[in-house]
Amino acid sequence: MSGALSIRGVSKTYDPEGASVEALRECSFEVRAEEFVAIVGPSGCGKTTLLNAIAGFDTVSAGEISLDGRLLAARPGPDRVVVFQHGALFPWKTVLENVTYGPLKQRALSRPAAEAKALEFLRASGGLDTVAASYPAQLSSGMQRRVEIVRALMNDPRLLLLDEPFRAMDGFSKATMHQHLLDLHRRYRKTVVFITHDLDEAIYLADTVVVMTTRPGTVKQIIRVNLERPRVPQMLYSREYAELKKSAAESVHEEARRAFERGEKEQA
Amino acid sequence: MWAGYLGAAALWYACVAWLPLESFRRLPDPVAVLSEWLSPQPTYGISIFTAAYYKHMLYSTWRATAAFPVPPLAWVPLAILIFAGSEAAVIFVTFLVAFFATTLNTAVGVKLIDPDFFRAAACLGASRRDILVDVVLPGALPNIFTGLQIAMGAAWFSLAAGEMIAAQYGLGFLIMESYNLIQFPTIVIAMATLGLLGYASSAIIRVVGNRLMRWRAQSIGFAA
Ligand SMILES: Nc1ncnc2c1ncn2[C@@H]1O[C@H](COP(=O)(O)OP(=O)(O)OP(=O)(O)O)[C@@H](O)[C@H]1O
Ligand SMILES: [Mg+2]
Repeated sequence: MSGALSIRGVSKTYDPEGASVEALRECSFEVRAEEFVAIVGPSGCGKTTLLNAIAGFDTVSAGEISLDGRLLAARPGPDRVVVFQHGALFPWKTVLENVTYGPLKQRALSRPAAEAKALEFLRASGGLDTVAASYPAQLSSGMQRRVEIVRALMNDPRLLLLDEPFRAMDGFSKATMHQHLLDLHRRYRKTVVFITHDLDEAIYLADTVVVMTTRPGTVKQIIRVNLERPRVPQMLYSREYAELKKSAAESVHEEARRAFERGEKEQA
Repeated sequence: MWAGYLGAAALWYACVAWLPLESFRRLPDPVAVLSEWLSPQPTYGISIFTAAYYKHMLYSTWRATAAFPVPPLAWVPLAILIFAGSEAAVIFVTFLVAFFATTLNTAVGVKLIDPDFFRAAACLGASRRDILVDVVLPGALPNIFTGLQIAMGAAWFSLAAGEMIAAQYGLGFLIMESYNLIQFPTIVIAMATLGLLGYASSAIIRVVGNRLMRWRAQSIGFAA
Protein backbone atom coordinates (compact mmCIF):
# COMPACT_ATOMS: atom_id res chain seq x y z
CA MET A 1 0.00 0.00 0.00
CA SER A 2 1.42 3.37 -0.92
CA GLY A 3 0.43 6.91 -1.73
CA ALA A 4 0.33 8.61 1.67
CA LEU A 5 0.70 12.32 1.04
CA SER A 6 1.76 14.83 3.62
CA ILE A 7 1.55 18.59 3.12
CA ARG A 8 3.23 20.61 5.86
CA GLY A 9 3.30 24.38 6.13
CA VAL A 10 3.30 24.90 2.39
CA SER A 11 3.44 28.54 1.30
CA LYS A 12 3.86 29.94 -2.15
CA THR A 13 4.50 33.52 -3.22
CA TYR A 14 4.74 34.19 -6.94
CA ASP A 15 7.31 36.72 -8.05
CA PRO A 16 8.47 37.74 -4.54
CA GLU A 17 10.55 40.70 -5.81
CA GLY A 18 8.11 42.08 -8.35
CA ALA A 19 4.33 42.14 -8.19
CA SER A 20 4.41 39.53 -5.38
CA VAL A 21 1.24 37.43 -5.25
CA GLU A 22 0.86 35.36 -2.10
CA ALA A 23 -1.06 32.33 -3.36
CA LEU A 24 -0.71 29.84 -0.48
CA ARG A 25 0.01 30.41 3.19
CA GLU A 26 0.93 27.63 5.62
CA CYS A 27 -1.20 24.87 4.13
CA SER A 28 -1.07 21.60 6.03
CA PHE A 29 -3.01 18.38 5.76
CA GLU A 30 -2.45 14.66 5.53
CA VAL A 31 -3.83 12.20 2.98
CA ARG A 32 -3.83 8.48 3.78
CA ALA A 33 -2.84 5.90 1.22
CA GLU A 34 -5.74 5.08 -1.13
CA GLU A 35 -7.78 7.94 0.24
CA PHE A 36 -9.90 10.12 -2.03
CA VAL A 37 -9.42 13.72 -0.99
CA ALA A 38 -11.23 16.67 -2.57
CA ILE A 39 -9.96 20.22 -2.29
CA VAL A 40 -12.61 22.92 -2.61
CA GLY A 41 -12.14 26.64 -2.62
CA PRO A 42 -13.18 29.77 -4.51
CA SER A 43 -11.67 30.67 -7.84
CA GLY A 44 -8.10 31.92 -7.62
CA CYS A 45 -7.51 30.65 -4.07
CA GLY A 46 -4.43 28.68 -5.02
CA LYS A 47 -5.81 25.20 -5.77
CA THR A 48 -3.88 24.77 -8.99
CA THR A 49 -0.82 26.26 -7.31
CA LEU A 50 -1.00 23.54 -4.66
CA LEU A 51 -1.52 20.84 -7.27
CA ASN A 52 1.43 22.13 -9.31
CA ALA A 53 3.59 21.93 -6.21
CA ILE A 54 2.53 18.33 -5.51
CA ALA A 55 3.05 17.39 -9.15
CA GLY A 56 6.50 18.97 -9.10
CA PHE A 57 5.83 21.55 -11.82
CA ASP A 58 6.73 24.40 -9.52
CA THR A 59 8.63 24.99 -6.30
CA VAL A 60 7.12 26.13 -3.00
CA SER A 61 8.36 29.14 -1.06
CA ALA A 62 8.20 27.36 2.29
CA GLY A 63 7.10 24.07 3.78
CA GLU A 64 7.44 20.54 2.55
CA ILE A 65 5.48 17.93 0.66
CA SER A 66 6.25 14.26 1.11
CA LEU A 67 4.92 11.07 -0.38
CA ASP A 68 5.20 7.89 1.68
CA GLY A 69 7.62 9.65 4.00
CA ARG A 70 9.95 10.81 1.23
CA LEU A 71 10.34 14.50 0.45
CA LEU A 72 9.18 15.25 -3.09
CA ALA A 73 11.58 16.92 -5.49
CA ALA A 74 10.29 19.81 -7.60
CA ARG A 75 10.41 17.57 -10.65
CA PRO A 76 7.42 15.78 -12.17
CA GLY A 77 7.42 12.03 -12.46
CA PRO A 78 5.19 9.06 -13.24
CA ASP A 79 4.54 8.36 -9.56
CA ARG A 80 2.09 11.29 -9.49
CA VAL A 81 0.26 11.91 -12.71
CA VAL A 82 -1.93 14.92 -13.42
CA VAL A 83 -5.20 15.06 -15.35
CA PHE A 84 -5.34 18.66 -16.50
CA GLN A 85 -8.06 21.25 -16.06
CA HIS A 86 -8.38 21.77 -19.82
CA GLY A 87 -7.25 18.32 -20.93
CA ALA A 88 -3.79 17.57 -22.28
CA LEU A 89 -4.05 14.50 -24.47
CA PHE A 90 -1.54 14.91 -27.29
CA PRO A 91 -3.76 15.80 -30.28
CA TRP A 92 -1.16 14.39 -32.69
CA LYS A 93 -1.18 10.94 -31.11
CA THR A 94 -3.94 8.35 -31.32
CA VAL A 95 -5.75 7.22 -28.20
CA LEU A 96 -3.58 4.10 -28.06
CA GLU A 97 -0.36 6.11 -28.55
CA ASN A 98 -1.40 8.54 -25.84
CA VAL A 99 -2.25 5.81 -23.39
CA THR A 100 0.91 3.76 -23.98
CA TYR A 101 3.14 6.85 -23.95
CA GLY A 102 4.05 6.69 -20.25
CA PRO A 103 5.04 3.00 -19.95
CA LEU A 104 6.98 3.16 -23.23
CA LYS A 105 8.93 6.30 -22.39
CA GLN A 106 9.75 4.95 -18.93
CA ARG A 107 10.70 1.64 -20.55
CA ALA A 108 8.43 -0.01 -18.01
CA LEU A 109 6.77 -2.27 -20.58
CA SER A 110 7.51 -3.60 -24.04
CA ARG A 111 5.31 -2.26 -26.81
CA PRO A 112 3.12 -5.38 -27.10
CA ALA A 113 2.71 -5.53 -23.32
CA ALA A 114 1.89 -1.83 -23.12
CA GLU A 115 -0.66 -2.11 -25.91
CA ALA A 116 -2.29 -5.15 -24.36
CA LYS A 117 -2.54 -3.39 -21.01
CA ALA A 118 -3.84 -0.23 -22.68
CA LEU A 119 -6.58 -2.10 -24.53
CA GLU A 120 -7.59 -3.85 -21.34
CA PHE A 121 -7.75 -0.57 -19.39
CA LEU A 122 -9.61 1.14 -22.22
CA ARG A 123 -12.12 -1.70 -22.46
CA ALA A 124 -12.71 -1.52 -18.72
CA SER A 125 -13.26 2.22 -19.10
CA GLY A 126 -16.61 1.91 -20.81
CA GLY A 127 -15.53 0.20 -24.02
CA LEU A 128 -13.00 2.81 -25.09
CA ASP A 129 -10.90 0.11 -26.78
CA THR A 130 -13.10 0.59 -29.85
CA VAL A 131 -11.69 4.09 -30.37
CA ALA A 132 -8.04 3.15 -29.73
CA ALA A 133 -7.04 4.12 -33.27
CA SER A 134 -8.86 7.47 -33.21
CA TYR A 135 -7.33 10.85 -32.58
CA PRO A 136 -8.51 12.76 -29.49
CA ALA A 137 -10.30 15.43 -31.53
CA GLN A 138 -12.65 12.74 -32.86
CA LEU A 139 -13.92 11.92 -29.36
CA SER A 140 -16.48 13.64 -27.17
CA SER A 141 -15.14 15.62 -24.24
CA GLY A 142 -16.29 12.95 -21.77
CA MET A 143 -14.44 10.27 -23.71
CA GLN A 144 -11.33 12.45 -23.85
CA ARG A 145 -11.46 12.80 -20.08
CA ARG A 146 -11.76 9.05 -19.60
CA VAL A 147 -8.86 8.45 -21.97
CA GLU A 148 -6.74 10.96 -20.07
CA ILE A 149 -7.52 9.19 -16.80
CA VAL A 150 -6.59 5.86 -18.37
CA ARG A 151 -3.33 7.43 -19.60
CA ALA A 152 -2.58 8.40 -16.00
CA LEU A 153 -3.54 5.01 -14.52
CA MET A 154 -1.33 3.17 -17.02
CA ASN A 155 1.71 4.43 -15.08
CA ASP A 156 0.49 2.78 -11.91
CA PRO A 157 1.01 6.10 -10.08
CA ARG A 158 0.93 6.45 -6.33
CA LEU A 159 -1.03 9.67 -6.69
CA LEU A 160 -3.69 10.65 -9.18
CA LEU A 161 -4.01 14.43 -9.34
CA LEU A 162 -7.17 15.77 -10.98
CA ASP A 163 -7.60 19.51 -11.53
CA GLU A 164 -11.31 20.28 -11.95
CA PRO A 165 -11.61 17.59 -14.62
CA PHE A 166 -15.38 17.87 -15.06
CA ARG A 167 -15.69 21.64 -14.83
CA ALA A 168 -17.02 22.26 -18.32
CA MET A 169 -19.43 19.31 -18.44
CA ASP A 170 -23.20 19.27 -18.39
CA GLY A 171 -24.96 17.69 -15.43
CA PHE A 172 -25.70 14.33 -17.04
CA SER A 173 -22.16 13.71 -18.30
CA LYS A 174 -20.84 14.88 -14.98
CA ALA A 175 -22.93 12.37 -13.04
CA THR A 176 -21.78 9.58 -15.33
CA MET A 177 -18.17 10.64 -14.92
CA HIS A 178 -18.58 10.66 -11.13
CA GLN A 179 -19.74 7.04 -11.13
CA HIS A 180 -16.94 6.15 -13.48
CA LEU A 181 -14.29 7.78 -11.29
CA LEU A 182 -15.67 6.14 -8.15
CA ASP A 183 -15.56 2.82 -9.95
CA LEU A 184 -11.94 3.34 -10.97
CA HIS A 185 -11.02 4.35 -7.44
CA ARG A 186 -12.55 1.17 -6.08
CA ARG A 187 -10.84 -0.95 -8.71
CA TYR A 188 -7.33 0.50 -8.78
CA ARG A 189 -7.07 1.77 -5.20
CA LYS A 190 -5.08 4.91 -5.94
CA THR A 191 -4.72 7.92 -3.71
CA VAL A 192 -6.71 10.65 -5.45
CA VAL A 193 -6.38 14.41 -5.01
CA PHE A 194 -9.39 15.96 -6.70
CA ILE A 195 -9.67 19.71 -7.12
CA THR A 196 -13.04 21.34 -7.58
CA HIS A 197 -15.05 24.35 -6.58
CA ASP A 198 -18.24 22.31 -6.50
CA LEU A 199 -19.04 21.31 -2.93
CA ASP A 200 -21.64 18.68 -3.92
CA GLU A 201 -19.15 16.95 -6.17
CA ALA A 202 -16.51 17.06 -3.43
CA ILE A 203 -18.72 15.48 -0.76
CA TYR A 204 -20.18 12.89 -3.08
CA LEU A 205 -16.80 11.62 -4.26
CA ALA A 206 -14.37 12.08 -1.40
CA ASP A 207 -13.43 10.53 1.93
CA THR A 208 -12.10 13.88 3.06
CA VAL A 209 -12.96 17.38 1.90
CA VAL A 210 -10.39 20.12 2.45
CA VAL A 211 -12.00 23.56 2.31
CA MET A 212 -9.60 26.36 1.41
CA THR A 213 -9.89 30.06 2.18
CA THR A 214 -9.66 32.72 -0.49
CA ARG A 215 -6.18 33.88 -1.45
CA PRO A 216 -3.78 33.49 0.22
CA GLY A 217 -5.11 29.94 0.39
CA THR A 218 -4.98 28.24 3.75
CA VAL A 219 -6.87 25.22 5.08
CA LYS A 220 -10.11 26.50 6.53
CA GLN A 221 -11.86 23.28 7.42
CA ILE A 222 -11.35 19.55 7.01
CA ILE A 223 -14.49 17.44 6.70
CA ARG A 224 -14.51 13.65 7.03
CA VAL A 225 -17.17 12.19 4.79
CA ASN A 226 -18.46 9.03 6.40
CA LEU A 227 -20.92 8.09 3.68
CA GLU A 228 -20.71 4.43 2.78
CA ARG A 229 -18.99 3.13 -0.31
CA PRO A 230 -19.93 2.33 -2.99
CA ARG A 231 -21.54 5.71 -3.35
CA VAL A 232 -24.82 5.85 -5.22
CA PRO A 233 -26.77 8.88 -6.45
CA GLN A 234 -29.56 8.25 -3.90
CA MET A 235 -27.13 9.31 -1.18
CA LEU A 236 -27.40 12.87 -2.47
CA TYR A 237 -30.84 12.94 -0.81
CA SER A 238 -29.86 11.27 2.46
CA ARG A 239 -29.84 13.02 5.82
CA GLU A 240 -26.12 12.39 6.40
CA TYR A 241 -25.36 14.06 3.10
CA ALA A 242 -27.50 17.07 3.94
CA GLU A 243 -25.77 17.45 7.29
CA LEU A 244 -22.31 17.21 5.78
CA LYS A 245 -23.23 19.76 3.23
CA LYS A 246 -24.61 22.09 5.83
CA SER A 247 -21.46 21.89 7.91
CA ALA A 248 -19.31 22.78 4.92
CA ALA A 249 -21.58 25.17 3.10
CA GLU A 250 -21.21 27.93 5.63
CA SER A 251 -17.45 28.17 5.34
CA VAL A 252 -17.52 27.74 1.60
CA HIS A 253 -20.05 30.53 1.17
CA GLU A 254 -18.17 32.77 3.54
CA GLU A 255 -15.00 32.34 1.50
CA ALA A 256 -16.83 32.78 -1.75
CA ARG A 257 -18.27 36.05 -0.47
CA ARG A 258 -14.86 37.25 0.68
CA ALA A 259 -13.38 36.40 -2.71
CA PHE A 260 -16.21 38.25 -4.42
CA GLU A 261 -15.86 41.34 -2.25
CA ARG A 262 -12.11 41.40 -2.64
CA GLY A 263 -12.49 41.03 -6.35
CA GLU A 264 -14.65 44.15 -6.33
CA LYS A 265 -12.11 46.01 -4.22
CA GLU A 266 -9.32 45.07 -6.58
CA GLN A 267 -11.36 46.40 -9.46
CA ALA A 268 -12.10 49.73 -7.78
CA MET B 1 30.49 21.32 -43.85
CA TRP B 2 29.28 19.18 -40.92
CA ALA B 3 32.82 17.96 -40.38
CA GLY B 4 33.83 21.60 -40.06
CA TYR B 5 31.21 22.31 -37.41
CA LEU B 6 32.14 19.18 -35.46
CA GLY B 7 35.83 20.06 -35.66
CA ALA B 8 35.15 23.56 -34.33
CA ALA B 9 33.07 22.16 -31.47
CA ALA B 10 35.79 19.66 -30.59
CA LEU B 11 38.41 22.40 -30.63
CA TRP B 12 36.21 24.57 -28.44
CA TYR B 13 35.70 21.73 -26.00
CA ALA B 14 39.43 20.99 -25.93
CA CYS B 15 40.28 24.66 -25.28
CA VAL B 16 37.89 24.91 -22.35
CA ALA B 17 38.77 21.52 -20.89
CA TRP B 18 42.53 21.37 -21.26
CA LEU B 19 44.12 24.72 -22.10
CA PRO B 20 45.74 26.13 -18.96
CA LEU B 21 44.53 29.63 -19.79
CA GLU B 22 42.54 31.62 -17.26
CA SER B 23 40.50 33.34 -19.95
CA PHE B 24 39.31 30.01 -21.37
CA ARG B 25 38.26 28.66 -17.97
CA ARG B 26 35.36 31.05 -17.83
CA LEU B 27 33.96 29.82 -21.10
CA PRO B 28 31.31 27.10 -20.92
CA ASP B 29 32.08 23.95 -22.86
CA PRO B 30 29.87 22.97 -25.80
CA VAL B 31 28.15 20.18 -23.86
CA ALA B 32 27.09 22.64 -21.14
CA VAL B 33 25.88 25.12 -23.76
CA LEU B 34 23.92 22.48 -25.62
CA SER B 35 22.23 21.04 -22.54
CA GLU B 36 21.29 24.55 -21.37
CA TRP B 37 20.03 25.35 -24.85
CA LEU B 38 17.79 22.27 -24.93
CA SER B 39 16.73 22.37 -21.28
CA PRO B 40 13.02 22.74 -20.40
CA GLN B 41 14.15 24.36 -17.14
CA PRO B 42 17.28 26.34 -18.08
CA THR B 43 19.52 27.56 -15.25
CA TYR B 44 19.82 31.04 -16.74
CA GLY B 45 16.31 31.33 -18.13
CA ILE B 46 17.03 30.99 -21.83
CA SER B 47 16.53 27.80 -23.86
CA ILE B 48 14.46 26.51 -26.74
CA PHE B 49 11.64 25.93 -24.27
CA THR B 50 11.38 29.49 -23.02
CA ALA B 51 9.27 32.19 -24.62
CA ALA B 52 12.00 34.74 -23.87
CA TYR B 53 14.38 32.99 -26.27
CA TYR B 54 11.99 33.40 -29.19
CA LYS B 55 11.24 36.94 -28.21
CA HIS B 56 14.94 37.72 -28.45
CA MET B 57 15.06 35.89 -31.75
CA LEU B 58 12.11 37.84 -33.10
CA TYR B 59 13.61 41.16 -32.04
CA SER B 60 16.93 40.35 -33.65
CA THR B 61 15.29 39.22 -36.82
CA TRP B 62 13.14 42.29 -36.89
CA ARG B 63 16.16 44.52 -36.47
CA ALA B 64 18.10 42.61 -39.06
CA THR B 65 15.36 43.13 -41.58
CA ALA B 66 14.39 46.63 -40.42
CA ALA B 67 17.96 47.85 -40.79
CA PHE B 68 17.89 46.61 -44.38
CA PRO B 69 14.44 47.45 -45.68
CA VAL B 70 15.79 46.41 -49.04
CA PRO B 71 13.70 44.03 -51.13
CA PRO B 72 15.61 40.75 -51.57
CA LEU B 73 15.87 41.25 -55.33
CA ALA B 74 17.82 44.45 -54.90
CA TRP B 75 20.45 42.29 -53.27
CA VAL B 76 21.19 40.44 -56.49
CA PRO B 77 23.88 42.68 -58.00
CA LEU B 78 25.63 43.03 -54.67
CA ALA B 79 25.31 39.32 -54.08
CA ILE B 80 26.98 38.64 -57.43
CA LEU B 81 29.91 40.79 -56.36
CA ILE B 82 30.10 39.17 -52.93
CA PHE B 83 29.77 35.59 -54.09
CA ALA B 84 31.79 36.08 -57.25
CA GLY B 85 29.40 34.03 -59.36
CA SER B 86 25.79 34.30 -60.39
CA GLU B 87 24.87 30.75 -59.30
CA ALA B 88 25.62 31.35 -55.62
CA ALA B 89 24.07 34.81 -55.77
CA VAL B 90 20.70 33.51 -56.96
CA ILE B 91 20.77 30.77 -54.35
CA PHE B 92 21.65 33.30 -51.67
CA VAL B 93 18.76 35.59 -52.49
CA THR B 94 16.28 32.74 -52.73
CA PHE B 95 17.51 31.34 -49.44
CA LEU B 96 17.30 34.74 -47.73
CA VAL B 97 13.60 34.96 -48.52
CA ALA B 98 12.74 31.35 -47.71
CA PHE B 99 14.76 31.26 -44.52
CA PHE B 100 12.94 34.09 -42.76
CA ALA B 101 9.50 32.86 -43.69
CA THR B 102 10.23 29.38 -42.29
CA THR B 103 12.15 30.46 -39.19
CA LEU B 104 9.64 33.07 -38.08
CA ASN B 105 6.70 30.74 -38.52
CA THR B 106 8.47 27.95 -36.64
CA ALA B 107 9.29 30.29 -33.78
CA VAL B 108 5.68 31.43 -33.55
CA GLY B 109 4.53 27.80 -33.73
CA VAL B 110 6.66 26.70 -30.78
CA LYS B 111 5.47 29.68 -28.76
CA LEU B 112 1.84 28.72 -29.33
CA ILE B 113 2.17 25.19 -27.89
CA ASP B 114 0.04 24.74 -24.77
CA PRO B 115 2.42 24.49 -21.78
CA ASP B 116 0.27 21.68 -20.36
CA PHE B 117 1.60 19.38 -23.11
CA PHE B 118 5.13 19.86 -21.76
CA ARG B 119 3.89 19.14 -18.25
CA ALA B 120 1.92 16.10 -19.30
CA ALA B 121 4.95 14.68 -21.08
CA ALA B 122 7.12 15.30 -18.03
CA CYS B 123 4.56 13.56 -15.80
CA LEU B 124 4.64 10.53 -18.06
CA GLY B 125 8.41 10.24 -17.78
CA ALA B 126 9.52 11.79 -21.09
CA SER B 127 13.13 12.88 -21.42
CA ARG B 128 14.16 16.22 -22.94
CA ARG B 129 14.75 14.53 -26.24
CA ASP B 130 11.34 12.87 -26.08
CA ILE B 131 9.77 16.26 -25.41
CA LEU B 132 11.52 17.75 -28.42
CA VAL B 133 10.37 14.91 -30.67
CA ASP B 134 6.91 14.28 -29.22
CA VAL B 135 5.78 17.78 -28.20
CA VAL B 136 7.82 20.60 -29.74
CA LEU B 137 8.02 19.18 -33.26
CA PRO B 138 4.44 17.98 -33.75
CA GLY B 139 3.14 21.00 -31.84
CA ALA B 140 4.92 23.42 -34.15
CA LEU B 141 4.31 21.38 -37.30
CA PRO B 142 1.22 23.26 -38.54
CA ASN B 143 3.13 26.54 -38.40
CA ILE B 144 6.28 25.00 -39.86
CA PHE B 145 4.26 23.94 -42.88
CA THR B 146 2.57 27.32 -43.20
CA GLY B 147 6.06 28.79 -43.20
CA LEU B 148 7.21 26.30 -45.82
CA GLN B 149 4.28 27.17 -48.07
CA ILE B 150 5.03 30.87 -47.86
CA ALA B 151 8.73 30.19 -48.30
CA MET B 152 8.15 28.05 -51.36
CA GLY B 153 6.08 30.76 -53.04
CA ALA B 154 8.57 33.46 -52.16
CA ALA B 155 11.46 31.26 -53.25
CA TRP B 156 10.06 30.78 -56.77
CA PHE B 157 9.30 34.45 -56.97
CA SER B 158 12.79 35.57 -56.08
CA LEU B 159 14.34 32.75 -58.04
CA ALA B 160 12.69 33.83 -61.26
CA ALA B 161 13.62 37.45 -60.71
CA GLY B 162 17.16 36.57 -59.66
CA GLU B 163 17.65 34.45 -62.76
CA MET B 164 16.43 37.25 -65.00
CA ILE B 165 19.16 39.45 -63.69
CA ALA B 166 22.01 37.14 -62.95
CA ALA B 167 21.88 33.61 -64.35
CA GLN B 168 23.05 31.89 -67.52
CA TYR B 169 20.50 29.10 -67.34
CA GLY B 170 17.11 28.68 -65.74
CA LEU B 171 13.52 29.53 -66.58
CA GLY B 172 13.83 33.12 -65.39
CA PHE B 173 16.87 33.55 -67.59
CA LEU B 174 15.00 31.94 -70.47
CA ILE B 175 12.19 34.48 -70.21
CA MET B 176 14.61 37.40 -70.32
CA GLU B 177 16.71 35.85 -73.06
CA SER B 178 13.68 35.11 -75.24
CA TYR B 179 12.45 38.64 -74.71
CA ASN B 180 15.75 40.02 -75.90
CA LEU B 181 15.73 37.68 -78.89
CA ILE B 182 12.08 38.40 -79.63
CA GLN B 183 11.07 34.72 -79.23
CA PHE B 184 7.67 35.33 -77.70
CA PRO B 185 6.32 31.74 -77.64
CA THR B 186 9.35 30.69 -75.58
CA ILE B 187 8.53 33.41 -73.05
CA VAL B 188 5.09 31.94 -72.53
CA ILE B 189 6.42 28.39 -72.36
CA ALA B 190 8.90 29.39 -69.66
CA MET B 191 6.23 31.32 -67.77
CA ALA B 192 3.77 28.45 -67.83
CA THR B 193 6.48 26.00 -66.77
CA LEU B 194 7.38 28.24 -63.84
CA GLY B 195 3.72 28.31 -62.85
CA LEU B 196 3.41 24.54 -63.06
CA LEU B 197 6.58 23.91 -61.08
CA GLY B 198 5.47 26.42 -58.45
CA TYR B 199 2.10 24.74 -58.18
CA ALA B 200 3.65 21.26 -58.03
CA SER B 201 6.08 22.18 -55.28
CA SER B 202 3.31 23.75 -53.19
CA ALA B 203 1.20 20.65 -53.75
CA ILE B 204 4.03 18.41 -52.59
CA ILE B 205 4.39 20.42 -49.39
CA ARG B 206 0.65 20.26 -48.87
CA VAL B 207 0.51 16.51 -49.39
CA VAL B 208 3.47 15.86 -47.09
CA GLY B 209 1.97 18.22 -44.51
CA ASN B 210 -1.41 16.50 -44.62
CA ARG B 211 0.25 13.13 -44.25
CA LEU B 212 2.27 14.26 -41.24
CA MET B 213 -0.74 15.98 -39.69
CA ARG B 214 -3.48 13.45 -40.23
CA TRP B 215 -4.69 14.15 -36.70
CA ARG B 216 -5.42 17.68 -37.76
CA ALA B 217 -7.14 16.96 -41.05
CA GLN B 218 -9.52 14.57 -39.35
CA SER B 219 -10.29 16.90 -36.50
CA ILE B 220 -11.45 19.61 -38.87
CA GLY B 221 -13.50 17.06 -40.68
CA PHE B 222 -11.91 16.26 -44.03
CA ALA B 223 -9.70 13.36 -45.00
CA ALA B 224 -6.06 13.83 -45.90
N1 LIG C 1 2.61 32.03 -12.55
C1 LIG C 1 1.97 32.90 -11.75
N2 LIG C 1 2.50 34.11 -11.49
C2 LIG C 1 1.87 35.00 -10.69
N3 LIG C 1 0.69 34.76 -10.09
C3 LIG C 1 0.10 33.58 -10.33
C4 LIG C 1 0.69 32.58 -11.16
N4 LIG C 1 -0.13 31.50 -11.19
C5 LIG C 1 -1.18 31.81 -10.42
N5 LIG C 1 -1.06 33.04 -9.90
C6 LIG C 1 -1.99 33.71 -8.98
O1 LIG C 1 -2.07 32.94 -7.81
C7 LIG C 1 -3.40 32.84 -7.35
C8 LIG C 1 -3.83 31.40 -7.25
O2 LIG C 1 -3.90 30.85 -8.58
P1 LIG C 1 -4.38 29.36 -8.87
O3 LIG C 1 -4.32 29.16 -10.32
O4 LIG C 1 -3.60 28.43 -8.01
O5 LIG C 1 -5.89 29.42 -8.37
P2 LIG C 1 -7.05 28.32 -8.50
O6 LIG C 1 -7.58 28.12 -7.15
O7 LIG C 1 -6.57 27.14 -9.24
O8 LIG C 1 -8.11 29.11 -9.37
P3 LIG C 1 -9.22 28.54 -10.43
O9 LIG C 1 -10.35 28.00 -9.61
O10 LIG C 1 -9.62 29.76 -11.18
O11 LIG C 1 -8.55 27.51 -11.28
C9 LIG C 1 -4.25 33.64 -8.32
O12 LIG C 1 -4.48 34.91 -7.75
C10 LIG C 1 -3.38 33.76 -9.54
O13 LIG C 1 -3.63 34.96 -10.20
MG1 LIG D 1 -7.09 26.20 -11.15
